[in-house]
Amino acid sequence: MANVIKIKRGLDIHLRGTAANVILEGKPSETYAVLPASFHGIVPKVVVKPGDKVKAGTTVMTDKNKPEIKLVSPVSGEVTAVNRGDKRKLLSIVIKPDTGTTDYIAFGAKDVKALSSQEVKESLLEAGLWPFIKQRPFDIVASPADTPRDIYLSTFYSAPLAPDFSYIVRGREDDFQTGLDVMNKLTGGKVYVGIRRGAKLPLKGVEVIEVEGPHPAANVSVLINHTKPINKGETIWTVSPDNLITIGALFNKGIADFSRLVAVTGSETTERGYIRTIAGCTIRSLVQGKVMEGVDKVRLISGNVLTGVRVSKDDYLLASDNQITAIPEGDNDHDFLGWALPGLNKFSVSRTFLSWLMGKKKEYVIDARIRGGKRAMIMSNEYDKVFPMDIYPEFLLKAIITFDIDKMENLGIYEVAPEDFALCEFVDTSKIELQEIVRSGLDLLYKEMN
Amino acid sequence: MKALRKYLDRIKPNFEEGGRFGMFRSVFEGFESFLFVPNHTARAGVHIHDSIDSKRTMTVVIVALLPALLFGMYNTGYQHYVSAGIDAGFVSTFVYGLLAVLPVLVVSYVVGLGIEFTVAQWKKEEIQEGFLVSGILIPLIVPIDTPLWMVALATAFAVIFAKEVFGGTGYNIFNVALVTRAFLFFAYPGAMSGDSVFVRAAAKTVDGFSGATPLGQINMAPNEAIGSFRVVDTLGNPISLWDMFFGLIPGSIGETSTLAILLGAAVLLFTGIASWKTMGSVFAGGIVAALLFNMAGTTVAMSVTPWEHICLGGFAFGAVFMATDPVTSARTETGKYIYGFLTGLLAIVIRVLNPGYPEGMMMAILFMNIFAPLIDYYVVRSNISRRLKRASIK
Repeated sequence: MANVIKIKRGLDIHLRGTAANVILEGKPSETYAVLPASFHGIVPKVVVKPGDKVKAGTTVMTDKNKPEIKLVSPVSGEVTAVNRGDKRKLLSIVIKPDTGTTDYIAFGAKDVKALSSQEVKESLLEAGLWPFIKQRPFDIVASPADTPRDIYLSTFYSAPLAPDFSYIVRGREDDFQTGLDVMNKLTGGKVYVGIRRGAKLPLKGVEVIEVEGPHPAANVSVLINHTKPINKGETIWTVSPDNLITIGALFNKGIADFSRLVAVTGSETTERGYIRTIAGCTIRSLVQGKVMEGVDKVRLISGNVLTGVRVSKDDYLLASDNQITAIPEGDNDHDFLGWALPGLNKFSVSRTFLSWLMGKKKEYVIDARIRGGKRAMIMSNEYDKVFPMDIYPEFLLKAIITFDIDKMENLGIYEVAPEDFALCEFVDTSKIELQEIVRSGLDLLYKEMN
Repeated sequence: MKALRKYLDRIKPNFEEGGRFGMFRSVFEGFESFLFVPNHTARAGVHIHDSIDSKRTMTVVIVALLPALLFGMYNTGYQHYVSAGIDAGFVSTFVYGLLAVLPVLVVSYVVGLGIEFTVAQWKKEEIQEGFLVSGILIPLIVPIDTPLWMVALATAFAVIFAKEVFGGTGYNIFNVALVTRAFLFFAYPGAMSGDSVFVRAAAKTVDGFSGATPLGQINMAPNEAIGSFRVVDTLGNPISLWDMFFGLIPGSIGETSTLAILLGAAVLLFTGIASWKTMGSVFAGGIVAALLFNMAGTTVAMSVTPWEHICLGGFAFGAVFMATDPVTSARTETGKYIYGFLTGLLAIVIRVLNPGYPEGMMMAILFMNIFAPLIDYYVVRSNISRRLKRASIK
C-alpha cells in the first residue's frame, strides 16, 4: 500500500500553451555552453582554455572548494570562449561542436548493483553528473563527503505549463530505473519517489508516495515535509527525474549523454511540443521559427514561469532545465484605471476581479507585468494558502529578512528551497520578491555555518 | 486614453529627480499609477503575477464601505428632519445628509492624504494606498456634529503618530481610523458623547425630542427598570430589533445600519479580502459575552440580548471593517480565532460594565491590536516547539 499525500493548499495556474506530446524538429545549435549558473553552490575553476579540443565528458571546470566536483562538456568539439562578467565571475564556457558524430569519453557501462557506494560516487563525479544531485538544507549541489538521511524525487511536474514526465521518460524507463538504483546506493536510508495519484510507474526498490492536489504537489520540499521533515543537522538529497535519466544512462551506456527532451511552451509559441537536444544548447536552436515575431515583445524563459530564468535567443539552456516558455512581455500595455475595472480576463486568486465568473478551467495569457507597486506585507494568509507545509511562510520570511539565525532555524529554513515560495510570490499583493529573499537567506546561512 | 498616456509620457521627465517639478515626483507617480496600472515587468523571481495589488484591495474595501456610507448620509438627513418634525421626502433627506457628511469626508481625506503625500515625497517612496480606506472609515465612526477642525487634528495625529512614525502602511500597530476616534474621545470627550452630538437636530425641535443613542439610553437606565425598560427612538417611541437592524437610529455616521454593514461584509468575504475567521469570531465572542451577562442580569445593560448588542452601536461596524484590518489584527489563522473572539468579548464587557461610556468596540479593538503580536507569537511558538521536539540536535 503506497503512501498517499493530499495537498489542499496550492494553486494550478492554467496558462495557454501546454506542449503537445509530439517531437518537434529544432535548429542545430551552433555552439554549446557549460554554465556554472546551472548549479547553485559551485565556485567554478576553469581547467580548459580557448582552442582546447574536448570530448563529451571532458572536464571543463571544477569546484574550487570541492575539487572532486567537475563540470564536463556535453558535446565534443573545441572550446571557443571563456566568458567572464563583473569581478571576473565565470559566466560560461562556450564549445563549438564537431560536425557529424559526437566523440564520447568511454567511462564504461557498469552494473550498479555490484558497485559500492564509494564507486558509484566516483563514477558520477568523474563523468561530471554529480552536480545534478542537490541537497537540502540550502538547496545547493550536494557534498560528496555526506551520506544523506534519505533521497527524495518527484516523477512529475506541477508548475504551470510544465512538461509531461511520462512522455519524457518513454523509451528511457531502463535508464530511469538504473538511476533509482544509483540513488539507493548513495543513501543509508530510503529513496522516496513522488508520483501523481493514480499514475502507473513500475518502480523498483523505492518508497512510492502518491500525491494528489495542485502545484506545488511536485516540489520535493512538500514530499519531505509530509513524510519525514528535515531536522537540524540532517541532510536530504534530491534530483530531478530528467537528470536521473542522464545518471542512469551513464551506468547503462558508459557515456555522459546529456541529450534530453525540452518542452517548448507558452502562449507566444506557434508550435508546441518537445525537441530532442543536448543540455547547454542555444535558446535560438529551440525557439527559432517557433515563437511569434510580432509587434509586441516576447519574454523567453528557460524553465517555467515561476522559477525559470529570463533568457535571450543568444543565451544557453541551463543544464537542468527541460522547458522553454514564451509569454508576452506586456510592457507596452497601459491599463487605464485597471484597479477599478471589473477585469473579466484578469487572473486572480482572490475574487477581486470578475474573472472568477469565467470558471476555473479557463486558460489565461498572463504577461510579465508585476501589476502593482511594491508594498510592505499587508494581507495575511495569502502565502499560507499556497504553501502546503507545516511552516509559517510569512514568519520565516521575516526571520530571513532580519537574518535572525535562531528564528530561521526554528521556523524551518532547512526544509525549504526558493522554489517553494514561487507561488507565494505570484499571489503576493505586495509584490515582494520572495524567492530572492529565501535564496539570499540560504546563501548567507550557508556561509555562516561553513 | 492614448492621448492621456502620451501627455503623461511627455510631462514625465519634469517630475524625475532633478527635473523642474522633481519635488512632486511621488505625487506624479501616485497619479500616474492611479490612471494606468504600472507596466513594469518582472526582473527577477516569478515572471507572472496575480492581477491583484494593494490599490485593488483598497478599492474593494471602499466598495464594501459604500452601503454604510450612503445609508449614513440618508440617516443623517432622516434624523434631522425627524427632529424638526418635517417629512421631507427621500431626495431632500439624502441631500441634507450628503451635504452634512461630505465636509467630514473631505477634511479626513485632505488632511490624511496631504500628510501621506508629503511623507512619501520626503522619503522618496511611492504613495501608499492605506489611507484611502482609513480616510473613509474616519467619517463613518464619528458623530455627525464633530467640529471639522477636530476631525482634522485627530486625523493628523493618527496618521503621523499611529502610522508614519512606525514606517507607513503595513507597519502600524494600531488601526489608524480607530486611533483618530480614540484621540477625539480622549481629547474632546464633550464633543464625542452625550445626547446631542449624534443627531444634527433642527434649531427648533419637536416636543419630546432626544438625540440619545440606544446604547446611551441603556447606560443611563436605572436598575429598577429591568424588565420594563425599552429602547426608544428620538421621539420616545419604543423601537424593535428590526429597527436597530435597519438602522434609522441615532449613532455615529456609518455604524447604525447593520444591514448596510452586512452588505459590505458580504463583499469583503466573497472577494477574500477580509478573514471570515476574524469577523465570525468577533460576533461569536460578543454573543457569548452577552449571553453570560444575560444569565447574571442584575442591570439593564446586562439584560440586553446578544442580537441587540450586535445591531446597536459600533459592534457590527467594528467587527466587519476594523477588527479585520490585516495589518493590525492577528496574522496567523489560529490567532485570528483568538483575536476575534477576545475582541467581541471585550467589547461587550466594556459596554456592560463600564459606567462612564456606553460603547466598547473602539477600546476592545485597540486593546486587542496590542495583543495581536502576542497571540501570533504563541501560535508560531507551537510550530517551533513541534519542530524542536522531533530534532535530535537542538
